[in-house]
Amino acid sequence: MKCRKCPQRAVLGMPRHNTAFCGPCLTEFVRTQVQKAIKAQAMFSPEDRILVAVSGGKDSLTLWEILLKLGYRADALYVDLGIEGYSERSHEKVTRFSRDVAQACGSKLIIHTVEADAGAGIKELATLVKRPTCSTCGTIKRYQFNRVAWENKYDVMATGHNLDDEAARLLGNVLQWQEEYLQKQAPTLPASVEGFAKKVKPLYRMTEREIAAYAVVNRIDYLVEECPMAKGAKMLVYKDALNRLEAESPGTKQRFYWGFLDKQKKAAVVSHSSMTDSDQATLLPCESCGQPTTAGTCSFCRMMARAKNPTR
Amino acid sequence: MKVHLSHPTRDVELQGPKRVGDIFKELQLIPEAFLIIRGQDLMTEDEIVADGDSIEVRPVISGG
Repeated sequence: MKCRKCPQRAVLGMPRHNTAFCGPCLTEFVRTQVQKAIKAQAMFSPEDRILVAVSGGKDSLTLWEILLKLGYRADALYVDLGIEGYSERSHEKVTRFSRDVAQACGSKLIIHTVEADAGAGIKELATLVKRPTCSTCGTIKRYQFNRVAWENKYDVMATGHNLDDEAARLLGNVLQWQEEYLQKQAPTLPASVEGFAKKVKPLYRMTEREIAAYAVVNRIDYLVEECPMAKGAKMLVYKDALNRLEAESPGTKQRFYWGFLDKQKKAAVVSHSSMTDSDQATLLPCESCGQPTTAGTCSFCRMMARAKNPTR
Repeated sequence: MKVHLSHPTRDVELQGPKRVGDIFKELQLIPEAFLIIRGQDLMTEDEIVADGDSIEVRPVISGG
């Protein structure tokens, strides 16, 4: 198979675009798509300070690399979850990338260790608060990323969520008719109230396979192994179902998620209501930490209180 | 040929030469969820893997 842009051998076929690219043309294509996402969704400008949430996996390290290559001011935050073996290996990938790639661009890595902060790793915390590990992990990560971005005055927080992540999440929300979550599924979430950092997903136009291919071509040394806690997760089932549909009808994931974004945009114009309006009407500072919440005490503080006093 | 797979980590032997697309079919894998890597190079579905080659079938799906 030949590259569609030059005479070189292709390294990746992309059925959804009916095309194929060699390494350098794939790199150019992915960076262009990310730049397009940043502009189309008004994510940030070259002057903004960006905090990238990194895990050591392909998506977050690729996002960090692309933002630096495009000349953006991107630092990163790694949350060490304290999962035996897995966290050590992911930590190592992140610090190595920081040392070998990011530092030369003047970018820094911030590390938050759950065990040092909460007195236990994620698995033990989940047991103490009697919640699934993935849900405990999600609460902690969302809280810490927002806190670090807000306290360090970053303009925006970026995550490596890709087209597969967003399409699978949308499928899950639609299957359960969780309408209240649909509004929050945009690639850009505004800093709607005091204490909330703006959140963006610059990889939402790219599939997991395209991102993994970019990482291989550009020698980004990421952790291939899956988080051991994710085994049996619903998201993986949704992703598998979508990939089976994609195999039969290339472009399914893109049509599903981008089509949703189009409808969401039209609905907002018709109703004249924005996410900022609804957030300002429902969110108040947490009584304990001050971060915005719909309850008196935020879910993170409630969880930590329960972990300290599990018999309550 | 030697085929290295992940999740769980294992090695299998397949008869070569074989097209990458046929390897996906034989292992009952969806191409959208994997990359085929020989050495440090990605391979497209129409490329041939020789009998003496070693390849990695790398999953690209992540997330809980």
